[in-house]
Amino acid sequence: MKLQHLSYLSMIAICIATSQLFAESPAPPTGLTITDTPNDAGEACDLSWSMSPDDIFNPIRADEAEPNPETIVSAYLIERMTDDANGAEISEEDRTWRKVNEASAGSSTWTDRTVTPGWTYSYRITAVDNQKEHSEWCNGEASVTPSMQAFNWSKGWLAIFMLIFGGFVAYFINEARSGKKLWVRKIAGLVAIDEAVGRATEMGRPVLFVAGIQDINEIQTLAGLTVLSRVARTAAEYGAQIEVPTCRSLVMAAARETVEAAYLSAGRPDSYQPDRIHYLTDEQFAFVAGVTGYMVREEPAACVYMGGFYAESLILAETGNHIGAIQVAGTAMPSQLPFFVASCDYTLIGEEFFAASAYLSNDPLQIGSLKGQDYGKFVSVFILVVGIFFATLTNFSDADAKQGFAAQTLSFITDNMLGDAGLLPVSEGNTDDTGDDS
Amino acid sequence: MKRLVPLIIAICAGFVLIIANFIPYAQEWGSTAQEWFNILAVGAMVLGGGNLIKLHLMKVSAKNKGWGYSVVTIGCFFATLVIGLSKMGVHPNPIYPDYDWSGYYLEEGSGLWWIYEHMVVPLTSMMFAMLAFYVATAAFRAFRAKNTEATLLLVTAGIVLLGRTYAGVWLFGWLPESMEWLRFDNLTVWIMDIPNTAGTRAITIGIALGVVATSLRILLGVDRSYLGQD
Repeated sequence: MKLQHLSYLSMIAICIATSQLFAESPAPPTGLTITDTPNDAGEACDLSWSMSPDDIFNPIRADEAEPNPETIVSAYLIERMTDDANGAEISEEDRTWRKVNEASAGSSTWTDRTVTPGWTYSYRITAVDNQKEHSEWCNGEASVTPSMQAFNWSKGWLAIFMLIFGGFVAYFINEARSGKKLWVRKIAGLVAIDEAVGRATEMGRPVLFVAGIQDINEIQTLAGLTVLSRVARTAAEYGAQIEVPTCRSLVMAAARETVEAAYLSAGRPDSYQPDRIHYLTDEQFAFVAGVTGYMVREEPAACVYMGGFYAESLILAETGNHIGAIQVAGTAMPSQLPFFVASCDYTLIGEEFFAASAYLSNDPLQIGSLKGQDYGKFVSVFILVVGIFFATLTNFSDADAKQGFAAQTLSFITDNMLGDAGLLPVSEGNTDDTGDDS
Repeated sequence: MKRLVPLIIAICAGFVLIIANFIPYAQEWGSTAQEWFNILAVGAMVLGGGNLIKLHLMKVSAKNKGWGYSVVTIGCFFATLVIGLSKMGVHPNPIYPDYDWSGYYLEEGSGLWWIYEHMVVPLTSMMFAMLAFYVATAAFRAFRAKNTEATLLLVTAGIVLLGRTYAGVWLFGWLPESMEWLRFDNLTVWIMDIPNTAGTRAITIGIALGVVATSLRILLGVDRSYLGQD
């Protein structure tokens, strides 16, 4: 009896082993290529492969019949081996193949960000089905040695534009320094600041200044503080009180310095009250609750909002409108501008806000920078017009002509000049596979 | 000296961040500068907290207008501080079971979690909800047809508001296929994609150039008003 049981068990074991032996495994992925990620510090490698024919997301399967359910690919297993460590010792684990990633089915690219610059790596990939059956391994065509590039060429055009604009600004600052008179149009919102502070003085009420809810490392906050300098100076000259609640501690410290210096330069250091420049909270809506509470209780005659604002902009501006204050706002947040335009008396839109400090200072050097900004705008408009011309031309061309000069120029403008495809278009003859710009 | 040192720090930090953007070797410098800023900001939190308490204590002692709110502020400040620092209600981390304070400070059920979930979130939501009413009052003022521009704004806003709801589809669903473009939902898409995008991009280009010019003024030391100088 026991012998019979043993033979049954043996037969079951043989059946299982045979089924394992003849279990179908998925077809392997092909064409694994490995390249050094371009324009980086040599800390990444790009892998790409052609999906397995058993991957249901493979586009070549679109017209095929139902896939074999046993071999449908569920993932791709990627393994890596370190061939050379540039003189350093390779750990036992890295000397042999080890798993570095399991990419989901349907993927055909992956970037390995765990590599060390200067080391040489080999990769291989296999397709895995739901039964955990592996396909044959597909080895990478060559090893790769990630290296650091000297310059990030994907931002080449950004650097060129920056140099052009910087050159314009520097040139006109120099022109102004040599005594040339530069004309700047009047900005109504900034002229209104004096009027608003004057009104507050007449009414014996304070002036409220809010420098946005961003921290001091944001350019909008810095631009806001430069306007605060002027508002505080005018308030000091007129004898009005200025209240500056802040949303960040560092902004409070900087605003105190700004206001103190403004009172000093106005010859009224005794009128400076540091406690009027105070910190409320970092929390956006708690801050706005605190500021609007102050507005309703103290009813400032003038409210100036200059800086980076988010959803709280409308609550502040509408409360100011409700208490009947003169309101001047300036921000570089395009989504908040309509709210300020609807609720405030004057709004500095985008570039006007950044021009404010130069405009208010009356310093020829700073006004020179505004002139440079205008020439930068001219370059931008020129590129826009050229782009529109070629886009229109491409749209009206027939299919063959879409590979012609107009289409290529348009692609160069959008991909290279305004995108991150590098300084020059990649031609068919470019064989810089390693991304080391050689 | 009081102005020169901050100016040098601002100029150096600015140039480091520009270089880090273009030179892969210097990428880490940008991160380091950001870390330094974070450390400074944390230090300044003490300054901000101290200032908050000082001002509210002064308000209470002088019994200024609205001093009752200051009492609530001081009470909430210290209650949150004590609950947060003592990690009230936090369970010990399984790795260090003997230390009550080893758990995560915002763990579900902890005192700080309770304050956040049951006080901060509802109060924040309440303030955010008030926006709806402010939008209505602002829209009422902005859409008054006082002149040609305001009338144009009113008509455009009407189309977009209706086009974003089912009413837009329902009102003009009867239009024949050749005139489908006149349906409010289609007009809304056109308004948002063409004139609205064009306007937003014009503003964005102006802002970008303004940022470059302002940054240069600060980096070249031409604009020092943020340091309290003309």
